[in-house]
Parts: sequence; C-alpha cells; structure tokens
Amino acid sequence: MQETDLLWTLVSLVIIGLSYFAIIVFVFGLLSRLWEYLRTPQPLPGAVTPAPTSNAGAAVRVAKDVLIFPSLWKADKFLWAGSWLFHVTLALVLFRHLRYFTYPVPSLVLKLQPVALTIGYIFGITILYLFWRRLALPRTLYVSNLPDYFALALLGGIAATGIIVSYWTHVNLVDVKAFVIGLLTLHPTPPPNHPLFLLHFMLVLLLMIYFPFSKLLHAGGIFFSPARNQPFQVQEAGKRYVNPWDTPES
Amino acid sequence: MAKFDETPIIKDPARDGIVTAPELREHATAGVHCWPGKEKDFTAIGLPPERVPNWQEKAIEKFGELLEKNKALRVYMDICVRCGACTDKCQFFLGTGDPLNFPVARAELMRKVYRRYFTPGGRAFPQLNDAADFDEEMLQKWYTYFYQCSECRRCSVFCPYGIDTAEITMAAREIMSSIGVATKYVTEVVAKVYETGNNLGIPSAAWKDNCEFLEEDVQEETGLPIRFPVDDEGADILLVPPSADNFANVDTMIAYGKLFHFLGIRWTTSTYCNEGGNFGLFLNYKNLKQVNKRIVDAARMLGVKTIIWGECGHAWRAAVLTPTLNGPMDMFDPPYPYHISQFVVDMMKKGAFEGKIDKSANDDLIVTYHDPCNTARAGQLLEEPREIIRAACNHFVEMPADTIREKTFCCGGGGGLLTDEIMPIRMAGGKPRAMAVKHVKANYLATICAICKAQLPEVMGYWDVPVQVGGVLQLLTNALKM
Repeated sequence: MQETDLLWTLVSLVIIGLSYFAIIVFVFGLLSRLWEYLRTPQPLPGAVTPAPTSNAGAAVRVAKDVLIFPSLWKADKFLWAGSWLFHVTLALVLFRHLRYFTYPVPSLVLKLQPVALTIGYIFGITILYLFWRRLALPRTLYVSNLPDYFALALLGGIAATGIIVSYWTHVNLVDVKAFVIGLLTLHPTPPPNHPLFLLHFMLVLLLMIYFPFSKLLHAGGIFFSPARNQPFQVQEAGKRYVNPWDTPES
Repeated sequence: MAKFDETPIIKDPARDGIVTAPELREHATAGVHCWPGKEKDFTAIGLPPERVPNWQEKAIEKFGELLEKNKALRVYMDICVRCGACTDKCQFFLGTGDPLNFPVARAELMRKVYRRYFTPGGRAFPQLNDAADFDEEMLQKWYTYFYQCSECRRCSVFCPYGIDTAEITMAAREIMSSIGVATKYVTEVVAKVYETGNNLGIPSAAWKDNCEFLEEDVQEETGLPIRFPVDDEGADILLVPPSADNFANVDTMIAYGKLFHFLGIRWTTSTYCNEGGNFGLFLNYKNLKQVNKRIVDAARMLGVKTIIWGECGHAWRAAVLTPTLNGPMDMFDPPYPYHISQFVVDMMKKGAFEGKIDKSANDDLIVTYHDPCNTARAGQLLEEPREIIRAACNHFVEMPADTIREKTFCCGGGGGLLTDEIMPIRMAGGKPRAMAVKHVKANYLATICAICKAQLPEVMGYWDVPVQVGGVLQLLTNALKM
C-alpha cells in the first residue's frame, strides 16, 4: 500500500466519522433545544396586540412571520429584501441538494436546474449584502458580534465552494451521490477525492455542529415566540389562560 | 430653563413629525439613574431589605429559575440574530442616541450574562461568544438601562421573531429585585398600594372628601345631582380608575360620574382598592399578582356585578392578566375584564347615546389620539377610543402612521420611569410623540392613560408644543346632552 493511499484512507475515515458526529450533534442538539422551548411554560398571556383572537389566527400570524417577514417589512425595506431573498434562495438551494440524496431525483428538483446557478449567485450576493450591512451601518456595527460574522462567513464559504464545485472545477456528481447515499444508508464509502468539494462538505459539517449552539436556532425558535404565537382571548367566558406553575382557583 | 441636565437629550428637529435615528452617542445616558429604593419599602413588599451578601450567586440562581419558568425569556435569550431592525425604534434611543438604548443592545446586556452561565460556548469561551460575568459593572448597567426601558413593546412589533424586550426587562428587574436592587419610585408606589389602596397614597378619608367635593362642584356647574359614590355595597359596577383621576385628572373622574348618571347606572369606587395601576408589572411577579388581587377582592366585598377599568394604560395590561393571575372571574357578568372604552362603545351600539350627542360642544378642539403603549400593544384597545372620539368630535386628526396604533410611541414615562430624577430620559423619550403632535397641529391630545396624562403635559411643555392633554371619555361627556 502506498503512503498516499494510506493517508487518503485515514482522511476518509475522519470525514466519515465527522459526518456521523455532525449529524448526531445537529439532530439531537436541535431537538433538545426545541424540546426546551416546548416544555418551558409561559406563565402569562403575552400576545403583542393587535393580535388575532383565535388559535387559527395566531397560527396564520406565525406562518406569515416564517414565510414573508412582515415585521422586517415594517422596520426596514432593504433589510427585508436582503434577508427574505437570502432565506428563500437558501431554501431553494437546500431543496435542489435533494438531487444528491435521492434516486430517482424528484422532477421538481430537476426543473430548478436551469436557474440553479442564478439562485446560487443571489444567495451569495445576499450574504455579501448582509455582511456589508453589518459593517456599514453604525447601528448594526455596534450590535454585531463575532458569532454574527462567523455565521455569515461560514455560509458564504459554503456558498462559494458549492458554486465552484458545481460549475467550475466540477466534482463528479455520481461520486458525490454514492458517498452521500452511502452515509445515509449506513454503508459509508470514501468521499470523492476533490479538495474543494471536501472543503465544502467540511464547512457544512461545521455549520451543523455549530447550529444548535448558536443564534441559528431562530430557525426553530420563531415558532415559540409567545408575543406572536398566542391569540388574545382572555375575555372569553369560561376560558382563561392558565399559568401551569401558579393556578389560583378562587 | 430646565432644572435638570439636558446633555443626554438630542434636540435636532424632526422631519414631517418623524424623529429619525440620530448619530450614536455612546454612554450618553449612562449617568441617568433612578434613585435606589429604601429598606422600609423593600421590607413592606417582600424584597430583601438591602443587597444580599452573595448577590452574584443568588442572581444567577434566580436567572436559572426564570429560564425554567418563562418560555418567552428562554426563547428570546437564544434566537436574536442582531439584525438591527429594532435599533431605530425605541423612543429612548431616538431621543438620546445612546446605543445601549437599542432594544437589542439592552437585551444583550442580559444575553451576555445568559451565555456566560447557561450556554456551553459562553462557559468555555466567553470572549469568542460575547459572554460576560455578572459583576458589579454589569449590575450597574442592568440597573441603569433596564430602568430606561418603559416595557412599551414597540421594538417587538418590528422584530422578525416578535422578541419582546418588555419580557426581558421584566425578568431583569425580577432578578435584581430578588437580590435587593430596585428603584425608590417603583417600590415606594407598590408599598403605598398595600398601605392605602392606591399608588398616590391617598388615605380613604381624603378619597371620600374628594368625591364629595366633586359632587358639589359638578352640581354647581351642571345643576345635576351627579354622584361619585364610594364603597357603595350593592352597586352594579365597581369602577377601578387610576387613583390620579381623583387627584390630578379630575376631568376624567367627572366624566365617569356624568357617564353613569346619564346611563342611570349605580356605580361605586372602593377605598380598599381605588387603583387600577399595577407597579408590580414593573417589579416582579409576586407583587403584580398581589396588587391585582385587590381589585377582585374589592369587587367581591362590595358585591358588584361587573368591574370596569378606567382610563389607565398599564392597569389594562394587568387587567387582561386577571383571570390568569387571580383565578376565574366567572362570578362577574361578562365580558371581563371590561374597559370603560369597551363599555362606552357597547352602550353606543345599543343606542344609549342616540340623538343625545352634540358634537359641536367640542368644536373648539382639534383632537388627536395618543395610543398608550399598553392599551395598544398589550390590550387590543385600538378602535374603541377612536370610535368614542369620532362620535363626540367633529375635528379628529391622526398623527403620522408610524407613530400611532401598534407603532405608537411610549409617552416616555411608562414602565416605572415617571420619576423626576430621570427627567432627561423622560423628556428625550417623549420627543417622538411631541414631534408627531406638533406636526398635526392638534390643540387637544386625547389619551386613556394616567401616566401619559401626567407625563405628556411636561413633554409638550419641554418641546414647546401648545396642546392640552386630556382623556377620551370627557370628550364624550362634554358633548352629552344630559
């Protein structure tokens, strides 16, 4: 066995090990944080009004928050545009990555193919914009801290390497797919030996490990914000909001 | 002119009634503090009489307890992305330029401590994760800046996740109060409620006297036998006004009397609880609950059918919590809790005032409406006051859209800030409201909150806006053909 082969085997093993570690940290880390949010009681009703008066209305309010960012629209139109495009293109990019995970590839994913590069570029540009915005406005510069820059830099690195390996120095799609499906079916095979792809992949693993310990938790946390997910209905007869740790009955 | 240090206040004029974000002026308000409270009051309301010896440990312990008991706090500690959407929304930043009055920066004072003691990253690498010890310097920052927040929730409206700084400020004040750190103003007011039944410390005898004087005055003015009953057992309605209505804002008190006289309803106030305001909201859960319980107890003692809350903003915020805090209210006639504005609108819908309103009585007034932060953003009362004003006045103008309804500005004195030693904060915080009023050139600023009614005349005077501040109900009773 040649020395380089040995080294590559070791690297492969480390990457495979890291992959499983990242998946476990991501899934269990995220679930445990969300479980914390779910199980922690909300003592007092706290909807910021005007609020819907029914549970269905509150659900619609949260759905709007998740999908169209109405608060940011009210607050700052440029920030709204930047962050909405950022999130939508991120979702589309993730969706398109299904082609590395599935066989056969869903037709909807294939339909994205002609615009995929454009989506990738928009995603990258919005990251640059959000990074620039933090530095350029005195107010955002003041509130931004290291983790804020780190999260954007990490996503930027992932976007850049992703675009490069898809459109410039191509990585073999079949190899990638074999590797990813191998990981997911618990029959790991060595990753494609393509340094930029490996960098892309490692950055994604880093993001997954970082996710449950960071502000990226807003992705799940947004569903648990009492100011938004509660209806305003304290006035209905026979119906009252109960504080689980203090429930006076008379 | 002004008898206080004006350096924290930014005097730049507004454009079209809107105050835009000023340049940052770090530490501009770092020296503006509320006076610390007194041992006597602390003891009376169940706080440690002085700062406890192991305060750091105790504060972190309390912080942990609140994280377990309060979903809002738990979630809001984690999910802020520091996008900056809130940074130009707080009236205390707009008026002072101090970046620690960004809602996000204020909350970060708490998050730094959260990360240091409750997250693995912050425990292991505090510098990398912007985490900080809860030391004397941090406690001083908490004491300063969590008492420069009026818990008005304006920032929450613009936050993509609705992060409610009021929840964070309340938690910070709860933690501080648990180690014996709180302001004189807030603790004194809570202590007065237990002693006299109201925030102003008016003794029962004086309350009764005031009501009798009012009866005589109003009789003289109108020739009508309008009554201001006190402790009337068997009345149908217990009115819980802010106590200031019987002292500083008597026009509002007279309006209650005229309204009930007109409707022929037997009503009363209570000397056990002649206060809707609840400074427990600005201190801790225990006092919030205890102060609010007095209202329900007073209603039971008098055997009334319904409680009606008067023109007070944070009283209404506490009122909507009543069924949760103090048990089911099913012994009263619904709807409950019931606000005087809702009551009037319901009566209006029933036709009680049909043909009896002479709007021209208010023709000398150009009225605009200031939404109190609490009725608008914590109490769902946006339409009712406007309906009453429209029914009673010919000249009603709205201020710019970004300054009313759910985007309303705090008057600058809510949340336990209505105290003279922080006058620079109050006048700076009132600036956005003053500029909006100036822009619409109203001569009557109507509102339904006693704190706004105490704060706004000073604000309007300071910013040179010639306008009378008054209640909403009195506009209606002024136009009623009795």
